[in-house]
Amino acid sequence: MAKYLLLKHYRGAPVSVNDVPMDQWTPDELSAHVQYMQDFAARLEDTGEFVDTQALSPAGTFVRYDGEGRPPVTDGPFAETKDLIAGWMVIDVETYERALELAGELSAAPGAGGKPIHEWLEVRPFLGAHPTITE
Amino acid sequence: MDEALLRTLTPTVTEILVRRGADFAAAEDAVQDALVEATRVWPDGPPRDPKGWLVTVAWRKFLDVARADTSRRHREVRVERDPIPGPGEVADDALQLYFLCAHPSLTRASAVALTLRAVGGLTTRQIAQAYLVPEATMAQRISRAKRTVSGVRFNQPGDVATVLRVLYLVFNEGYSGDVDLASEAIRLTRQLAARTSHEEVAGLLALMLLHHARRPARTGPDGRLVPLAEQDRSLWNTRLIAEGVDVLQTALTRDRLGEFQAQAAIAALHADARTAEETDWVQIVEWYDELVRLTDSPVARLNRAVAVGEADGPRAGLAALAGLDPALPRHAAVAAYLYERDGEPVTAARLYAQAARSAPSLPERDHLTRQAARLNAQLNSRGRAGKTPGQHGLVS
Repeated sequence: MAKYLLLKHYRGAPVSVNDVPMDQWTPDELSAHVQYMQDFAARLEDTGEFVDTQALSPAGTFVRYDGEGRPPVTDGPFAETKDLIAGWMVIDVETYERALELAGELSAAPGAGGKPIHEWLEVRPFLGAHPTITE
Repeated sequence: MDEALLRTLTPTVTEILVRRGADFAAAEDAVQDALVEATRVWPDGPPRDPKGWLVTVAWRKFLDVARADTSRRHREVRVERDPIPGPGEVADDALQLYFLCAHPSLTRASAVALTLRAVGGLTTRQIAQAYLVPEATMAQRISRAKRTVSGVRFNQPGDVATVLRVLYLVFNEGYSGDVDLASEAIRLTRQLAARTSHEEVAGLLALMLLHHARRPARTGPDGRLVPLAEQDRSLWNTRLIAEGVDVLQTALTRDRLGEFQAQAAIAALHADARTAEETDWVQIVEWYDELVRLTDSPVARLNRAVAVGEADGPRAGLAALAGLDPALPRHAAVAAYLYERDGEPVTAARLYAQAARSAPSLPERDHLTRQAARLNAQLNSRGRAGKTPGQHGLVS
């Protein structure tokens, strides 16, 4: 078993096939999309493969340490940031192939015209917490 | 409250219920309910016969559920009858439960979860915490696994090899949450070894004991990995080593070699060396030859290349590595090690950095990055020393 992050991007991923901004969808299309995402998560819970899912606000702030006794420095948000994460799902699956299969299904979520978005999702393996003994 | 005793009795009690006519899934649930009740009731009044108590309570819980189910469905109560005494020694043998929980129709993750619950007596919450998934997910994984094996006849002999693979997976998961999975795997393998004389069960038990014996030395105080050659051998658990060697030697006398015995033999040779320099690498290479012959596994060949490098020098190790697929996990790490020993720090540093990028776990990544950093620091200071001749003389 291994955990994978399925990463959704606001920006930074290749352009989807059905690339229409969400505010151009009909309300029914939006509802169908949300329903699909909920059903997908519920199905993964049922198969024992679900770990977590979260969505992120697009507006973020950059923060860094600015030396002893000083408040942290903040900057942004930057409209031009190339890579902007929209949210994620964490799955715990048997194989890498299964992770790809599930990412493919998630990418088929319906968008404009009720057709699949074909959104590009990034699949990233988790680094394990324990080393395998290889002495 | 003796939790260890409760958990040892879990598989036996489940198996007794199944032999009395309960289906496995319902029996397993009933035993979990009985365990919960035991943790509630036993502290105030521990029973004189813990097993008998558990069987009685679990059977009652099973009947309650079965009655409720059947009356809901307006069907006859098929299993409603007074508890019949379990057939003694056969019922004490929870071997069938091991086979069922590791059934080939299950995915590895399901087999692991089901084994930990039904054989190990852990709660779903404990298993979920150990594997860092939500409890609801783990509950579903277990209930699906129970459905998957619901049609399997309980008295069919299973394949020991599938059980061993599951136990080995549990062992390698290490430690997270409040359950030490490595210790749990050893406990379950020990129980299995007491119920069967299969030599590979003994081989796996020996391997686990020998690896576990070195655990205190394997991580530094800051959590960093300490490679075998640099470990403080006084931290090794000599009692576990002695037991592991003993179990292995008994198994080897039966002359039916298998991969776990071969791996345990390699671990035993490491354990036998008082210092890294005293390691009998020639014999270790011979055991790797056996392991390669038994498994034809590329991972075994990769580890063999390391042993050859120690026995016959880094050039020989690199030659042994040459035929292997560079895409193999840890290939770059092995190559880096051999190149450094062969006096090629530039190549070694590059390969360590490459290995760190593809490391499967955080401690390994940090370890490999540290190796690359160590070599780069040496190379940089040598480079500076080269540009300013005479500096060394000044310093010394």
